[in-house]
Formats: sequence, C-alpha cells, structure tokens
Amino acid sequence: MEIFWYIIIGIVLTMFFVLDGYDFGTGIIHLFFAKKEKDKEIIAKSAGLFWDSNEVWLVAAGGMLFMAFPTFYASVFSGFYLPLIIVLWLIVFRAIGLEFRGQFKYQMWKDIWDTSFGVSSLLLALFFGIALGNIVRGVNLGGVENGISAHEGHYFFLPLWNSSFSPLTENPGVIDWFTIVIGLISVVTLAIHGANWVVLKTNSSINKKLKGVVFKLNVTLSVLTVFSLFVWQIVNPNSLDNFIDKPYLMVFPMLYFTGLIGLFFIKKIKKDSHAFMLSTLLIVGGITSSLASLFPVILPSVNDIHEDLTIYNTAASEYGLSIALTWGIVGFILLFVYMIIQKRLMAGKVDKMDYGH
Amino acid sequence: MEDMIFYDRLQFAFTITFHYIFPQLTMGLSLLIVFLKGKYLLSKIEKYNNAAKFLMKIFAINFTMGVVTGIPMEFQFGTNWAKFSELTGGIIGQTLAMEGMFSFFLESSFLALFIFGEKLMGQKLHFLTGFLVFLGSWASGWFILATNAWMQHPVGYEILENGKFVLENFGALFTNPWLLPAFLHNQMASVVTSSFVVASIGAFYILRNKQVEYGKLFLKVGVVFGLVSSILVAFPTGDWNAKNVAKYQPASFAAMEGIFETEEAGAEIVLVGQPNMVEKKLDNKIAVPNILSFLTHQDWDKQIPGMDQFKEEELPSNIPALYYSYHIMVGLGTIFIGVMVLALFLLWRKKLYSFKPLLWFIMFLVPFPYIANITGWYTAELGRQPYLVYGLLKTSDGISPTVSSGNTLFTLLGFVALYMLLGLLFLVLVGKTINQGPKPQTH
Repeated sequence: MEIFWYIIIGIVLTMFFVLDGYDFGTGIIHLFFAKKEKDKEIIAKSAGLFWDSNEVWLVAAGGMLFMAFPTFYASVFSGFYLPLIIVLWLIVFRAIGLEFRGQFKYQMWKDIWDTSFGVSSLLLALFFGIALGNIVRGVNLGGVENGISAHEGHYFFLPLWNSSFSPLTENPGVIDWFTIVIGLISVVTLAIHGANWVVLKTNSSINKKLKGVVFKLNVTLSVLTVFSLFVWQIVNPNSLDNFIDKPYLMVFPMLYFTGLIGLFFIKKIKKDSHAFMLSTLLIVGGITSSLASLFPVILPSVNDIHEDLTIYNTAASEYGLSIALTWGIVGFILLFVYMIIQKRLMAGKVDKMDYGH
Repeated sequence: MEDMIFYDRLQFAFTITFHYIFPQLTMGLSLLIVFLKGKYLLSKIEKYNNAAKFLMKIFAINFTMGVVTGIPMEFQFGTNWAKFSELTGGIIGQTLAMEGMFSFFLESSFLALFIFGEKLMGQKLHFLTGFLVFLGSWASGWFILATNAWMQHPVGYEILENGKFVLENFGALFTNPWLLPAFLHNQMASVVTSSFVVASIGAFYILRNKQVEYGKLFLKVGVVFGLVSSILVAFPTGDWNAKNVAKYQPASFAAMEGIFETEEAGAEIVLVGQPNMVEKKLDNKIAVPNILSFLTHQDWDKQIPGMDQFKEEELPSNIPALYYSYHIMVGLGTIFIGVMVLALFLLWRKKLYSFKPLLWFIMFLVPFPYIANITGWYTAELGRQPYLVYGLLKTSDGISPTVSSGNTLFTLLGFVALYMLLGLLFLVLVGKTINQGPKPQTH
C-alpha cells in the first residue's frame, strides 16, 4: 500500500512539473527572448491562462503527502523551512505578474509585471532543481554534530548554505555546488519545455528563433547531464544499485535520453506537439529516474547514526492508506474527466482566446 | 520556547485571516451566480446573464487570491506545525487531501470553462459549469470544516504509544456531531458576506447614477439573499453551534459568554462588558437574566457552569480575545438582520432605490460581514486553546521542533509585507472591475 501511494504521489508531482513546468519555462523564455510588446503579451498569456489550473497539482501532491506519509511531510517541510517559504513567496510573485499584466495601460507597469513573472519563474525552476538535488544528496537527519543528535532522528533543519558550499560535509546546506548543478539542469530543461510550449500555443514572431534556442539549450543540457552523472556518483555512491538490481528500471533514464536526443532534431520536427512531447519526456524521465535510483528511500541520511527516511518508516496506518485508495480512485477518474473536457475546449493557439477579466 | 509558539501562532493567524477574506466571498458568491444564471435560463432576459458573468469575474479574482494564499496554508502545517502534522497527519491528512482531490480540481477546472466556454458550450452547459463551480467551492468548505471539526471534537481515532493518532473509523470523520452545524453556519455566513458585497455594489451603481438597472438588480438580490442568510446564520445554525460548544467545550462556552461566576439558577446573557482578568469579573456589564439558560437548554432556570468551575489549565488561554471575538460576531450579526429587514421592507414599499441614507449605509457596510466571519473563526479557534486537538494535544506540543523563532519571525515579516502588496493590488483590481460594471444591456 505504501508503494501504491508512493507511485500515485510520484505521478501527481510529475504532472505538476510537466504542466506548471511549461509555465516556469514560458516565464524564462519571456524574460530573455520576448522583445516586442505583442510577443510579450501572447507569451505571458500562454502561461496566464493555465497556471492556476496547473498549480492545483501541487496542492494535490501536498495534500496526499500529508495524508500518506505524514512523518516525511513533517520532517521535510520543517527541515527545508526557508527554501519552502521562499518558493511560496515566488509563487505569489509569479501570480501577481501574470494576473496584473493586462490591467494597467502604461508600459512601465507592464514591465514590472513581466519582470515579476520572468524572474520568479526562473528562480522557481532553479529552486525546484535544487530541491531535487537535496533529496538525492540527503540531509543531516537528527542534526548530528560530533556524534550527538540535536533532534529526534527524523527531524533536521537545513541552513540555506554553509561556508564551504560543499555537499560532502557533515552538515550540508540547501545550496551547494552539487545542488546548483541540478538546479541549472532544471532551469535549462524547463526553458526548453517552455519554448516548446510557446511555439505550440502561440503565433509569436519569435517562434522560429525559439527553435534555434531550444537546440542551443539542448546542447547545454547534454553537457550538464553528462557532468551531473559524474558528480551524482560522488554525492550518492549507491545511486546505480537499484538499476543494477532491477534492470527494468532503466526505462526511466531511457525516457530522459530519448527526449534529449530527440530534441537535437528540433528543426526537422514538423509537428510542434511532438517537440513538446520530447521535452515532457525530459521532465518525466528526469524525475522518475531520480526517484527510482533512491527507492524505497525518500530522504537519505548523511550520517551513520540515523537511518534514511523511507516510504515504510514514514507512512500512515494501513487502514488509512487503504481507505484513501477507494476515494483516491474515484477522485482520479473525475480528475481525468475534467482534464479531457478542459483540454478539448482550450485546444489551439491562445492568441484569440479572451480571458474574462 | 514561548517566542516560538507565539510567532508560529501569529503567522498562522495572520496568513489564515488574510486567506479567509477570499473563500468566504467565493463560496457564497457562487450560489448567487448559479441563481442569476438559472434565472436567465428560465426568463431569457439578458440582464441576468450579464450580471452572472460579471459576478464570475469578481469570483475569479477572489479565487486566484484564494489559491495563492491557500497554498501557504497547506504548506504551513508541515513547515511550522511539523509535530502536529506528524502525529495527526494520518487523520486530518485524509480530509485535507480529499479537499484537493474533490473540490479544488472541480472548482478550478470548471471556473476556467465558465469564463471561456459560454459560446462553445451553449447556455445549459454553461449553467452546469457554474453549478459545478458552486459544488466545488462548497465541497471545499465541507472538507475544511471536517478537518476543523476533528480538531474541535476528535472522533474515530486511536492513540498509539508513540503519541500518534491513527484513523480507526473513516466514516466517523463525516458523522462528527460538530461538523454539520459548523458547516451550515459557516456556509450561511459566507452567503451573508457575498450578499452584502453584491448589495453594496448595487447601492454604488444606484448612487453614482450609472448602470442603475444593474444596481437595482444587485441590490434586490443582495437584500433578499442577505436577509435570508443573516437569519439562517443566527438561527438555527448559530444556535446549534453554541449548543455544541456548551456540550463539548463547556469551559470555552463560559469564557466566550463571559460568565465568570456560576449562578444558582439560570445564567444571564451578557450584551456589553469588558473582561477584567485581575478581579475575575466583567466591567461595565449589561446583561439580561436567565436568557442564556433558555437559549442553551430551553429552560429558564438551568444552571450553566461559569469559569470558576474549571481549573486554570482547562480554560482558553486568551479569554478576553475569545470573549470579544464572540461578542463582535453576534453583535454584527444582529445588526445585519436589522438592516436587511429594513431594506426588504422598503423594497416591498418600492422606496428602497430612492432612499439614499440606507443606500449609503449598505454601501459602506461591506467590511463588516468580513469582520463577523473572521471573528467567528477566532471564536472557534481561540475557544479550542490551549489545545490543537481538543483535550488531547496541546498547542505547545505541535510546533516544528527544529525551526527557530528567528526564522519564523523572518518569514512572518515576509508574509506581512507580501500580503500588504497583494491586498493593495487586489483592491485596485476589484475596484476597477466594479467600476467598469457588467456589459451594458442591448435592447
């Protein structure tokens, strides 16, 4: 039952990064490449119409995590206190940027909302990557110093950074050189995803240029990916064990590399939705590979005193998990019905769609 | 330690107060929108359709604000109340996750369809999407109230040796005797807020002498819904709730009613007075004898235990704040009924639209239903103190063990600054939308 909920939450989280991921990416593209007012407007709109229905996936993931793995939820949310709250603030700034853009006629105000949208999207992409880096690297569970625990074994508190910026210390911070690398991968991946989204959903004048941008970003991503595979081994030496034990898990990294290789042919791809599918593969493959390499661990401990947090030692009771399964199935069926209805009605380019405001 | 609890509580109180400005409007407003859209379907008079679509714009702005301020609420259980989350997550995680699954998705998907899809779907389906938005927002209230009801009156649980609460009976979460009265009371209060907002917009349009037709419509709808909901919020739903508090949390009941000493026979009802915690009495008290006993037990002479019957640690930790919250809520609720009775009377005599003093009064009354809603929640939450889970888990045992008070103060200050900005932008945007008004009628 733990495994079932682990998979469900994994799917919901991945959905969030695929869907809201293109909003973050659109923000990054908007920040760096949209120059003409007309482009700025429709590119912002291609995120603005969808961000709130995409963000509900985050809410769903949070709620399910709370229900199914309360100990993990409590430990991680209090331990990553500062970065999480900062993420919350950034989410607010992004929403402000998108929702207020069309409301004021002077260009000076539009520039402010655009900056708010672009910069917070960029930082959100960076922070989510850093978060993944932290989960892979592990934390100082129990706050151990010189062999003495400051807290119960499943609690910790992470500073934003420590003086060495190294992941290999006894008490690592949120930001170190390893998590920054993962953060950059996330930024580049989501920028590609966002560019594909813009091309798919708008008739902006930079669509053609964006294909070249995707190509260049993809080259950068390949370099970063290869580099990260080496440092990943240094930070978490057990990361390949699961793949060696259960070779079928290799399907997840293969998804990632299919996306990565496919995107080199971006200029030859005729259908824009295919390019978008490839960047979706990048996100899905990246997240699932990371989760698969850790399983059943969900937060490694960097000390030897306290054991890793796993899906088994953080889960709610068997009865609770199985009763949630019954309502969960009903909920998911409903959810997919809404999604299909919504996507059908909102298909096509956004240029002509009119937001109710 | 004291600092930590204080900042954690202050941050939660601040962020939830700010958040609840928005859902209390959207829940009630969705009902009015469904009503207007339905009226359009039956009458085919375009005015009703335009009015419904206009209100949905206001709904959408509030919904967005509700989403961005709601996500911090969900996260704060983990960030600031980790121990509470760890111990009770197996139970309240159920209802919170169900909220996301069954109401939030429903509301957000169909809100988008309502706004974009009128031409694509046709009128009947458009009405249906409006109805589903209403259903989603009320379901959201239901699950949040189920969560809160469990904290007020825990049921269906078992406590393990390590202190964890484990779910034993899922159904009990929804048959909790605390839940239904609290839910109905809360939803009626939400309809009060939205009716008063709609009436206020109507009064504004009439007074400014522009879009007067819509002004009259909004005022009429607001007054009728406002009167019905103002009455229902007091009786029977408010009455049920008070009886529940008297039954399950008698110490909180004594504190919120301001009864310091137990009387021999029937208890008086306090209308005015300031709690004096040093001398344990009310200063400048005005009270009516025996009424409280009658209201609570339908018996003029039934004894009601005062605060002197309880040990210090059983009493709520901030008695004056609880007492004031409750009395502000009840006082405002009484005024609301009075204003709406008068307005409906004038509407019936066909004098309301030209009686300017009342129009001005209704227009400026708009903050007060918000205050009544929020003080109502303060009554519930302060009444539960010093517990998070009534009688079982102390507030001081629920905070995050590793987050220092300095960090919480930092984030609290950040939230205050950010929400000030957000509130300002919200007012500008809503003001602009109201100023613009619904689409002019085409004859």
